[in-house]
Amino acid sequence: MWKTIIRRVLLMIPQILILSILIFILADFMPGDPFTGLVDPNLDPAQLDAMREAYGLNDPLPVKYVRWMKNALQGDFGRSFNYQQPVTAVIAGRMGNTIRLSLLSIILTYLIGLPLGILAGRYNESILDKTVLVYNFVSFAVPIFVLALLMVWVFGYNLNWFPARGSISVNAVTQWDKWMSQLYHLLLPSITTAILGTTSIIQYLRSEIIDAKVSDYVKTARSKGVPIQKVYTKHIFRNASLPIASGFGFTIVSLFTGSIFIEKIFTYRGMGYLFLQSINTRDYSVIFVLALFYGFLGLIGTLLSDVILMAVDPRIRID
Amino acid sequence: MAVERSLLEVNNLETGFRFGDVYHNAVDDVSLTLENNEILAIVGESGCGKSTLATSIMGLHDPKNTEIKGEVIYKDLNLLDLNEKLYNRIRGNDIGMIFQDPLGSLNPLMTIYNQISESLEYHSDLNEEQRRARVLELLNQVGIPRPEQIMKNYPHELSGGMRQRVVIAIALANKPPVIIADEPTTALDVTIQAQILDLMVDIQDETGSGIILITHDLGVVAETADRVAVMYAGQIVEEAPVEELFANPKHPYTRSLLNSIPHELEDDDDELHVIHGTVPSLQKLPRKGCRFAPRIPWIPEDSHEENPVLHEISPNHKVRCTCWKHFHFEGEDE
Ligand SMILES: Nc1ncnc2c1ncn2[C@@H]1O[C@H](COP(=O)(O)OP(=O)(O)OP(=O)(O)O)[C@@H](O)[C@H]1O
Ligand code: SF4
Ligand SMILES: [Mg+2]
Repeated sequence: MWKTIIRRVLLMIPQILILSILIFILADFMPGDPFTGLVDPNLDPAQLDAMREAYGLNDPLPVKYVRWMKNALQGDFGRSFNYQQPVTAVIAGRMGNTIRLSLLSIILTYLIGLPLGILAGRYNESILDKTVLVYNFVSFAVPIFVLALLMVWVFGYNLNWFPARGSISVNAVTQWDKWMSQLYHLLLPSITTAILGTTSIIQYLRSEIIDAKVSDYVKTARSKGVPIQKVYTKHIFRNASLPIASGFGFTIVSLFTGSIFIEKIFTYRGMGYLFLQSINTRDYSVIFVLALFYGFLGLIGTLLSDVILMAVDPRIRID
Repeated sequence: MAVERSLLEVNNLETGFRFGDVYHNAVDDVSLTLENNEILAIVGESGCGKSTLATSIMGLHDPKNTEIKGEVIYKDLNLLDLNEKLYNRIRGNDIGMIFQDPLGSLNPLMTIYNQISESLEYHSDLNEEQRRARVLELLNQVGIPRPEQIMKNYPHELSGGMRQRVVIAIALANKPPVIIADEPTTALDVTIQAQILDLMVDIQDETGSGIILITHDLGVVAETADRVAVMYAGQIVEEAPVEELFANPKHPYTRSLLNSIPHELEDDDDELHVIHGTVPSLQKLPRKGCRFAPRIPWIPEDSHEENPVLHEISPNHKVRCTCWKHFHFEGEDE
């Protein structure tokens, strides 16, 4: 298994290279540059051009790419025009928020999804199952921004249970207060993300359990005299959780990318918020690195899914 | 009460599946006995209720969608009255079951050892070490080479024949007096089929258990069985010792299985009749009159019995209906 993992990681190098070229080209297609929207209308066009020249913006694409790559290999991912800081510093400042949000979202997703899926599958056709199905149908049908806005409106503004925006309160002084404030700010956006994330988990788990129930190996287990509860825990749930386990990598990725919109709606200053903001300000160096990061995450997610699948299913050997 | 009871007795068993608000019987008033040291074959084409009969004896049906009536008597107990907990003491311990598809009937995520050992866990107080010894013994008994290694394997790493041997080992784990094998060879190649059948016969010789062998293959019956019950559309239509059944089949369905072509006695044109069609689905099955009549339309209406019941026509030979007297089969003596 380790051999496979190492090979897959090595394989990621050319993949990332290709990805970076693609994103570089796409970024170049984007209209305007960091100086287009600059507020000072008195700036002389010639002067602007000199600035572009100075920043190397007028160079041909391959030259720009190679220059960027050279620097990147030395840990310099460029500077943000907007923040006048290294891109790495800008992103690092936001990463904590997004990781916290994603982590809590993942935990909540599984905390809600697994029991509901298991119960719905175990007691399918019951009232409980039907209720879960209705929940699932709604969470599937409602678009992410509608749900998010609804959550903000109901729990943030009307009921005032949770802060509807931001990631930390300015009043938090002690470290403990800061943590609590961060957690408090996280709840609404992560619950929203989790509700959307549970759909596929519940659906998969439920139908896998229902299928497994009538499978022959369950008949064998029962004909051995294994009590039904044990049949569920040792045979049915384990088999039914395979797609969930192997979907874990993808789930993480989708939570990260899903958080782009969530962060925007909840004005939560994480990487997703930064991404949208950078698009608005045409802060290429940031957009580029973030896009690359999301692509990289996708590759890691795929690898993670394959590794998990190999670990839990003895039939799978991925080369 | 009878002096000597059979090892297993099935009395007037009816198993109905729910379709909307009504139940349709897939097993309809079946009575059987199984003795020690005997292989009883149950034959019949697909859909006639063989598996339903087997799973009913094991009590494996979902009570929400099934209605079971009648008795399954084992050691003076009606198994159908048992609660789950007590039934689980019988399952695997007193009755072992072997299923048709050796790949599907093993859990893909568990090692061979764990799957066999699981059966021991619930019915014996063997410790880990003793269980290991027993599993090895079983694997040897069912003819698995390199058992030490094989028991660490997963089902997908074994061939179909090997998997079926493992399934048999699971069924044998606690030396059950009764073994029900539901088409144990159907999914295997012909050569492997013969090996598995030999194995079953050997096991029966060694253990003296009673085996119910479900099959639709008369070749299998001829090779292994002591007694045969022929099933059609949920009912037993004929039952006899194996030699008797092959020498003297009576019911038209049995004869059609034996590949003769039903032929009327007084029929003067030499038209050959072939039995077409399949067992009707549960909802469409005629519940009155004879169930096989629609498939032999050339037999005159008045030869059929109104509501055929099993008649004992000679000791141990039972046939449902008497109309077999009114026609014979081509190639058979008059
Ligand atoms: N769980 C169920 N619900 C409804 N109908 C069922 C169910 N199980 C079996 N049946 C029906 O009962 C009848 C008998 O099925 P059964 O599986 O017992 O036949 P079988 O003789 O074992 O056939 P095969 O040779 O194909 O295994 C069939 O008409 C089948 O469609
Ligand atoms: S009455 Fe006729 S059709 Fe019916 S069981 Fe007898 S032989 Fe078959
Ligand atoms: Mg069957």
